[in-house]
Amino acid sequence: MIAIVDYGLGNIANLTNALTYLGYEVKVTHDVEELEQADQIILPGVGHFKDAMTRLKELDLIPELNKLKETKPFIGICLGMQLLFEHSEEGNVDGLNFLPGQVRKMTCQLPVPHLGWNKLDASNVSLNEDVYFIHSYKVHTEENVVAKATYEDDVVAIVQKDNIIGIQFHPEKSGDKGLQILDQALKGGYIK
Amino acid sequence: MIKKRIIPCLDVKDGVVVKGIQFKGLREIGDPVELAKRYNALGADELVFLDISATQTGNALMLDVISKTAKELFIPMTIGGGLKSIEDISAVLNAGADKVSLNSAALSNPDLINETSEKFGAQCICIAIDAKWDEDKQDWFCYTHGGKQRTDIRTIDWIKEVERRGAGELLVTSMDYDGMQQGFDHKLLSIIQKAVTIPIIASGGAGSAEDFISLFLETDVSAGLAASIFHDQDVSIQQVKDLCDSKGVPVRHV
Repeated sequence: MIAIVDYGLGNIANLTNALTYLGYEVKVTHDVEELEQADQIILPGVGHFKDAMTRLKELDLIPELNKLKETKPFIGICLGMQLLFEHSEEGNVDGLNFLPGQVRKMTCQLPVPHLGWNKLDASNVSLNEDVYFIHSYKVHTEENVVAKATYEDDVVAIVQKDNIIGIQFHPEKSGDKGLQILDQALKGGYIK
Repeated sequence: MIKKRIIPCLDVKDGVVVKGIQFKGLREIGDPVELAKRYNALGADELVFLDISATQTGNALMLDVISKTAKELFIPMTIGGGLKSIEDISAVLNAGADKVSLNSAALSNPDLINETSEKFGAQCICIAIDAKWDEDKQDWFCYTHGGKQRTDIRTIDWIKEVERRGAGELLVTSMDYDGMQQGFDHKLLSIIQKAVTIPIIASGGAGSAEDFISLFLETDVSAGLAASIFHDQDVSIQQVKDLCDSKGVPVRHV
């Protein structure tokens, strides 16, 4: 069973739809027991970084997430990926600090948000597909980067450190290829 | 490199896809879920559903269409038409929409943009604008209620305001060009594109694959939207994308 962490932020209907379509059993929950029973944890998120951290604190989920990330595949998607890092400019707050790196507002000549289909660039060539991005902040890190995209500058698109995976784009909205990438994350990730 | 998006628009009335010519004279086209699946297979980068039902029963049927489509298709889906409140918006997002498109409700209650953007994130707020040129005033004005009511709001003022209020994207329809199938309104689109930093979906006027090429070569909009030419199968999405390839316009292939 996959547990999608329910902390009241973001639209998780489509993530649930995609996982169900892939044949997984899904529970949307913030119940500690259910989270501990799950085989994999997904931290979703759409919206504001500060609101997300505030909600996680209000639900007292942060110690639990720290525990879960030691023992099971732990996948952050979109804002859920950004939360894995040290700090964000969005609201100027600290994140979960599972991975080294900073989240900053995108500054470029091209339109922001970075919205639409963009190609991944990874040494694992099975990842080099067009996927759907929609975000205005991005992660700055030199470590654990599995795939990038180019939007004037580099955009960190996938990170992985052992069992912790972050996906900046929306694999559940990236067509059949996105579903494959999501499935791969749940089956251990991208590092051979 | 970011790809230019090709987006079919499905006008849905009481659960059935219809399409008007210059906002008048509706014809029935077919089942929305089946059409959505067909467009997905053909390489649509995104789907826009505009609910033009005027009744609560029609709106309820729309939620059903969204939820069925979202279980089978995994590309972005935008829903517009008749959304008036945070509750309406919440209902379509929960049913599986990724973005909502607001037009009349945003013009009559601009605070709705701020509220929605703060609650759900700017990325899911697309402001739809129906713009028409006024020869006397020598400017474009915004229209509401499916193009039936004129407002005194100048399009160029409105787009800047909606960006300031937290819109994440604009869907700009030229009412002068809509249904004419003679190409997009490059003049209007270029002016709008230069006035804001958020992405723009161009709508109104596509009559051929070449019209998309001209749009992408002559303006910096992010996406082109069309209905009739795709519904009537005059032009397929694949044809548009093949032509984009040959002209060096970056597009996604399935």
